[in-house]
Amino acid sequence: MEKFTTLQSTAIPLAIENIDTDQIIPARFLKATDKAGFGDNVFRDWRYHKDGSVNEDFVLNDATFEGSILVAGDNFGCGSSREHAAWALVGYGFKVVISSFFADIFKGNALNNGLLPIQVSDEFLKNLLSHIKQNPKAILEVDLEGQLLKTPVGNWEFEINPYKKTCLINGYDDIDFLVSKLDKIKAFEASIN
Amino acid sequence: MGKTLFDKVWDAHVVDTLEDGLQVLYIDKHLIHEVTSPQAFEELRKRNIPIARPDKIVATADHNTPTIDQHLPVKDELSRNQLNQLAENCKLNNIPLYGLGHENNGIVHVIAPELGITQPGMTMVCGDSHTSTHGAFGTIAFGIGTSQVAQVFASQCLLLQKPKKLRVNVNGSLKKGVLPKDVILYIISKLGTNSGTGYFCEYAGSVFENMSMEGRMTVCNMSIEMGARGGMIAPDETTFEYIKGRDFAPKGDEFESKVAYWKTLKTDDDAVFDQEYWFDAEDIQPMITYGTNPGMGIKITEKIPQLEDASFEKSLKYMNFQKGSSLLNQQINYVFIGSCTNSRIEDFRVAASYVKGKQKAQNVTAWLVPGSQRVAKQIQDEGLKTIFEEAGFQIRQPGCSACLAMNDDKIPEGEYCVSTSNRNFEGRQGQGSRTLLASPLVAAATAIEGKIVDITLN
Repeated sequence: MEKFTTLQSTAIPLAIENIDTDQIIPARFLKATDKAGFGDNVFRDWRYHKDGSVNEDFVLNDATFEGSILVAGDNFGCGSSREHAAWALVGYGFKVVISSFFADIFKGNALNNGLLPIQVSDEFLKNLLSHIKQNPKAILEVDLEGQLLKTPVGNWEFEINPYKKTCLINGYDDIDFLVSKLDKIKAFEASIN
Repeated sequence: MGKTLFDKVWDAHVVDTLEDGLQVLYIDKHLIHEVTSPQAFEELRKRNIPIARPDKIVATADHNTPTIDQHLPVKDELSRNQLNQLAENCKLNNIPLYGLGHENNGIVHVIAPELGITQPGMTMVCGDSHTSTHGAFGTIAFGIGTSQVAQVFASQCLLLQKPKKLRVNVNGSLKKGVLPKDVILYIISKLGTNSGTGYFCEYAGSVFENMSMEGRMTVCNMSIEMGARGGMIAPDETTFEYIKGRDFAPKGDEFESKVAYWKTLKTDDDAVFDQEYWFDAEDIQPMITYGTNPGMGIKITEKIPQLEDASFEKSLKYMNFQKGSSLLNQQINYVFIGSCTNSRIEDFRVAASYVKGKQKAQNVTAWLVPGSQRVAKQIQDEGLKTIFEEAGFQIRQPGCSACLAMNDDKIPEGEYCVSTSNRNFEGRQGQGSRTLLASPLVAAATAIEGKIVDITLN
């Protein structure tokens, strides 16, 4: 997993609520057996019309907006547990998603792939989205160590589990940790059988 | 302070607790399928880590499988490759696989209960968000991502924050024509799609106590649609009776001693929940969804609400519905009865009870997709197959099918489908398709009438 410490970037505003993982990566693209290439199809059915032509109205196709931070509406990542959604966002180049609420499974999947979900208040999100829309070049700064998001509409101290934070900063994942606990796990198994 | 059902099962599986509160949770049963497992197998291969407990894993092929001609090689190359890879991974690691054509094959959340693999007090996971289904047995069961599939492969454990506790109580008697699907659609329409996020939900009250196991599975299945990682119902005589005698259920004295333990799995009277809701069964009527998330549900006789909200309006625009309008008499050209929510024998029995002696409407294409080979056999043995075929329905072979449309079972662009599945997201059943979630009874009535009708009038 790639390490994450700090980030400075412009952001892409996607002011839609309840964005489910079927929108992030439609099921017909889940036939791959590796993690590569999902970025090409992120938000596929919003980026392209059914005939394959580009949907100029969708924000990812608007050259005004670019960057590795996605700012999205409430309840981002609901629905299917497909980790392909996190692979698709990371594959496209996103490193941070900001929303006022994240679905549980998506949040875990994001953290397991070095994609930082930052939860802010409804009001902060509203202000941030409207500022970015009017100022596409606005720079946001993320400091994971200090758990601070700096924006032109104010700073936001975000929460993250201390263990998960250490993992992101060092590029570790839970497999390394759990394998280090195998003796304890074996002892537990012996105790329940 | 007393413990909840959830506490009792969770606490019995904690291997270790870290300083910051994260816990190492032991997993009793790991279900896998072709779509969310290949990258996890690859991860372990790359790191040269063996699979800790292959004996605690069960595999099936369901998400990306055809529902016709399953005896022939799968036509789509990517799908065939994914299925072959599952078979190869299972063979290499000594994992039992119920692949296409096997008598135990079917949707992962249908086969595990019907084989007696799902048992009260267990912890179960699967790379699929509808793993919550198994909570119907008083099981802690939840969906996980592929990284977590790899973690369970490597250690038979997960590192988790214990969720908060939520209880939804529904008491009273359900009206005629109101099915378990209506109960859960009603609950989600009242609480919203993220009310359960961060929680594990227990369903309690006389409505669930009086429900069959299959009905309880339908309810727990959709817990994730209100954001809850899982839902649970305390095991009781209905549960024990369902499990008894199934292939992998404990037998003889072992069964009796298990039952004695399972009986302790209920919430203590003085246990406290972080959040609790109460509903009256009498308020529930047959439901249908009109929007693009499962919380956008109304009673069939109600009108679409009039909200001033951009996301709400985007949703209605996609569905081509108007605020304040009624869905009654809306023409429907597709009906799908299937998915891990509603593809068990009781679902087909209730659908057949409406269909018997009638013909589907000319405009309707109606697909029935049994949840498993065993359900397919029951449909045949009970004579339901004849009823459906005489009415003009197409009975397919088992699988997830048009619930997520990974295979060829897709609803065409712009078409409405009344579906017994769990998600009405944009394009869920095919690009541009429009899904209306409902019970198997409402779906059957829609197929016969060719439009949405108030089934309570019959």
